[in-house]
Amino acid sequence: MFKPAVSPCLAGLLLACAASASSATSGAPSLGEPLTLAVLAGIELTVLPTGEGLPAGVGSVAEGAALYQQHCQACHGPEGQGGMNGDLVGGVGSLATAAPKKTVNSYWPYATIAFDYIRRAMPYTAPGSLGADEVYAIVAYLLSRDDVVPEDAVLDAEGLAAVKMPNAEGFYPGE
Amino acid sequence: MDDTTLVPVAGNGLLPLRALNRRQILTGLGAGALALPSAALAAGGRPSWMQGAGAGMRGYGTPSPAETVSRVAIASQPGTTGSGASRTPLAALEGTITPSGLHFERHHSGVPPIDPAAHRLHIHGLVERPLAFSLEALERYPLVTQLRFLECSGNSAANLAAPEAPDLDVATLHGLVSQSEWVGVPLSVLLEEAGLKPGAAWVIAEGADAAAMSRSVPLAKALDDAIVALYQNGERLRPENGYPMRLFLPNYEGNMSVKWLRRLKVTDQPAMAKDETSKYTELMPDGRAAQFTFTMGVKSVITRPSKGYGLGAHGIYPITGLAWSGQGEIRRVEVSADGGRSWADAALEGPGGPGAMARFRMPWLWQGQPATLVSRATDSTGARQPTRDMLVQARGAQSFYHYNGQQRWQVSAAGDVRNSYV
Repeated sequence: MFKPAVSPCLAGLLLACAASASSATSGAPSLGEPLTLAVLAGIELTVLPTGEGLPAGVGSVAEGAALYQQHCQACHGPEGQGGMNGDLVGGVGSLATAAPKKTVNSYWPYATIAFDYIRRAMPYTAPGSLGADEVYAIVAYLLSRDDVVPEDAVLDAEGLAAVKMPNAEGFYPGE
Repeated sequence: MDDTTLVPVAGNGLLPLRALNRRQILTGLGAGALALPSAALAAGGRPSWMQGAGAGMRGYGTPSPAETVSRVAIASQPGTTGSGASRTPLAALEGTITPSGLHFERHHSGVPPIDPAAHRLHIHGLVERPLAFSLEALERYPLVTQLRFLECSGNSAANLAAPEAPDLDVATLHGLVSQSEWVGVPLSVLLEEAGLKPGAAWVIAEGADAAAMSRSVPLAKALDDAIVALYQNGERLRPENGYPMRLFLPNYEGNMSVKWLRRLKVTDQPAMAKDETSKYTELMPDGRAAQFTFTMGVKSVITRPSKGYGLGAHGIYPITGLAWSGQGEIRRVEVSADGGRSWADAALEGPGGPGAMARFRMPWLWQGQPATLVSRATDSTGARQPTRDMLVQARGAQSFYHYNGQQRWQVSAAGDVRNSYV
């Protein structure tokens, strides 16, 4: 998965070396080693709300239901609620009440966040172990619990980025 | 006895600052009070430790075995050991520097056992030259030093969320703040080396922990006073504070100073990461939430007297605590012993400077009268620490983060101290 950073002066990177040396004017030594696209591809995890960064893949609500039971329910409860850790679904429409319930479906403004977070950090005991298809499926399943997507939904990069979350307009810059 | 020293300067026994120098000053009872072992007294003029040669030198020192101070209120999410927090024992400490081993912790998936030789900081995205930096390489850059507080924006939240004042001590309530001397490479230097492309506006930081913890940082902050910190209080970062390198963003909410820093992606927009949407946002009564509320507000807290650090004999006690602000330098801390009806200016100590903690002290004559002790800080922007009521009024009780309300300690006639909202 990881590849060692390449030597800074491989033939194809002479331009980068020359350009890099110019920052020596600041007094700093310019010791960064050029990163190749291959190395970057192995470490990139960021998914933007636009969908940029979502990998190829596809997953259905039905597949997600089975994967959820296998990987998620021990901590998050059956069907995304009532587990020993945070509820993932429910609470839609509760934010302005005296007992707001903040979940993926009630609070998170973009569905891309769920993909980004599950892929980078979940399951807790084995982060990084789920494939892209599996993450799409689990996200589809969670969204379906509150009818954010229909029961027969199948999500891929384009479909996930197009999902309109219930609280999409719920945030404003605080500063 | 100098008569004017005992003339109160504010209600319920607050004394002129020169009373701090009186020899009769008491230090109170408390968890930290040290009982002299009878064996030592029995030794008379030459206690046991003077009757033979002491221990030799050692490679890395540790506190005296007689000292039992430790982080407190250590808690993790159910079923986990590394997804939670530990807090700095504020009442047990003095001065303004937090020992590295007592710096608060907030981890999202434990402390990663990083091999420093294999670790790299990657910079990519909207840059001319995507680069990777080893620890060895970063060591050779010009380093800068910053004495700065670091506070989790969830600090003190129990005092906002709980309808009745929770019966908790100062460390449990407010111990998600610490101060260290951080030394590192200005992030602006590394970004300059990579070369920013047009459109660059945010830097998305990511850690090398199991959660690959991620936050979006405005480019302006990254180019201003952000550093890639390598040292804390003179030595390499402790593992729980980001070894071998962490982002450090002075004055910003703690979790943006991403630990175990592995990757910086320059973008034209924020990532809207889980920890800047689902968490670390302030839900308002109308159901909308304030996001990207980075800067920590002006704040102070009395660390002694406080719950567990009560009063014994009647006499003069120093009221002491810490004050800090992410907006500017601490200019003033006022203390009240009558629940805020009257105030007096406390003495300020510490190196000071923007983003640095101040230690404050105020002498108080306690003769068994019930009292409510409060402090309020003012910073160089003129911002003054609000009351809890003001914050609840302004943003409700569900906003959780960035709670900087005044802490009130109720002192009973018996000298016991407890948390109070009134």
